[in-house]
Amino acid sequence: MSNIKKLTTPLTEEQVVGLKAGDQVTISGTIYTGRDAAHKNLIKALNEGTELPFELKDQIIYYVGPCPAKPGQAMGSAGPTTSGRMDSLTDALLSKGLRGMIGKGPRNAEVIDSMKRNKAVYFAATGGAGALIARAIKKAEVVAYPELGPEAIHKLEVEDFPAVVAIDIEGNDQYKIGKAEYAI
Amino acid sequence: MRDVNVNLITEKVRELCITSNCDLPKDVEDKLKEGYEKEESSFGKYSMENVLDNVKIAREENVAICQDTGLAVIFMEIGQDVHLVGGDLAAAVDEGVRQGFKDGYLRNSAVDDPIFVRKNTGDNTPALLYTEIVPGDKVKITVVPKGGGAENMSQMKMLKPAEGVEGVKKFVVESVINAGGNPCPPVVVGVGVGGTIEKTAMLAKKSLMREAGKPNPNPLYAKLEAEILEEVNKSGVGPQGLGGRFTAFAVHIDYFPAHIASMPVVVNLNCHAARHKEAII
Repeated sequence: MSNIKKLTTPLTEEQVVGLKAGDQVTISGTIYTGRDAAHKNLIKALNEGTELPFELKDQIIYYVGPCPAKPGQAMGSAGPTTSGRMDSLTDALLSKGLRGMIGKGPRNAEVIDSMKRNKAVYFAATGGAGALIARAIKKAEVVAYPELGPEAIHKLEVEDFPAVVAIDIEGNDQYKIGKAEYAI
Repeated sequence: MRDVNVNLITEKVRELCITSNCDLPKDVEDKLKEGYEKEESSFGKYSMENVLDNVKIAREENVAICQDTGLAVIFMEIGQDVHLVGGDLAAAVDEGVRQGFKDGYLRNSAVDDPIFVRKNTGDNTPALLYTEIVPGDKVKITVVPKGGGAENMSQMKMLKPAEGVEGVKKFVVESVINAGGNPCPPVVVGVGVGGTIEKTAMLAKKSLMREAGKPNPNPLYAKLEAEILEEVNKSGVGPQGLGGRFTAFAVHIDYFPAHIASMPVVVNLNCHAARHKEAII
């Protein structure tokens, strides 16, 4: 694995051009949470032409539904959820300027094509490492859809959030590369 | 006859919801450490390091191992000499789940109807309660929080008896490989074979509670478990699906007699956080 590359948000095109599948990174700055139900709402807002809860350009969405925070925590355990469930809802967001996604597990061809077209990157965080990842979250506030409970959109301030570049802007896919390398 | 007040069951369920979500069973942790040592891929090592650190943090700080604290699957073996008193058993169990998820800062992951409204129930109820009457005067409660990521990779197939052991092997191995990184590998592969379909699924689910890696007492099934584990770990999927050797850390097959026409198979995966805790009243 590579030396750790430090990324800060907003995530600009210049920052992602140099990222390659397999790079180890840390992310600092503001990111937004969003999973199944929030994605449906975002797509609905786009289709209806109503205002989105945050500007997508150069932002990162983290696919997560966190645990409630214990006293003293900004947020409870907060590892990634399976990204594939968001595949059919992703192109519309990337087309509006979303630059990064954090989740776990592979993406389909439609998403990868859209990532190449829109110069977006997909990061994998370690699934099931929710308590560890929560330590990188310094602040959290609900900014949209509070009625969704854990699926509400949270604005997070993160410091050195650990991740790996799973799919880069050229469509190189660590899920395919890694599996092929170790298959017997 | 022994009277057991359902309030005591509420209390135990509450406690088990919290401990099962924060304290990974030792046998599972030992298997993960073993896999970490053997892993050859740098991504695999990196992922497993995170996973093992996370297990320690969760235990020390009494926080959830994974934010997906699951639907509350609860098995209860009730001795036939027990008389439950003090209220409705199912309501007492739900109350335990409600309290445990609130007091343990666990995520509410249940939605009311699965198709139309999908509104979060707000307290992780209802529990999925499965009771069984057994000899004796004790009540054994096992809480198995089951996350969505691995559960979504479940597969079932009604194989023809003529497809034999090779058919079963192929179906199980393909199910695990096709799941790729989605179920948070390294996984426990739970397999049920035989019975009718609800029985097959229950066998698969219950096999996940077996001590990690303990072989089936029937040597034919134990051999099949070992063969499937070897095949799966040749796939290259690896920890988190990013490439490596350690795709599964155990294969547990449980079986039941089948119809002369049938060989049903269910595959139910558990992520590396193979959580379960039990108590006896």
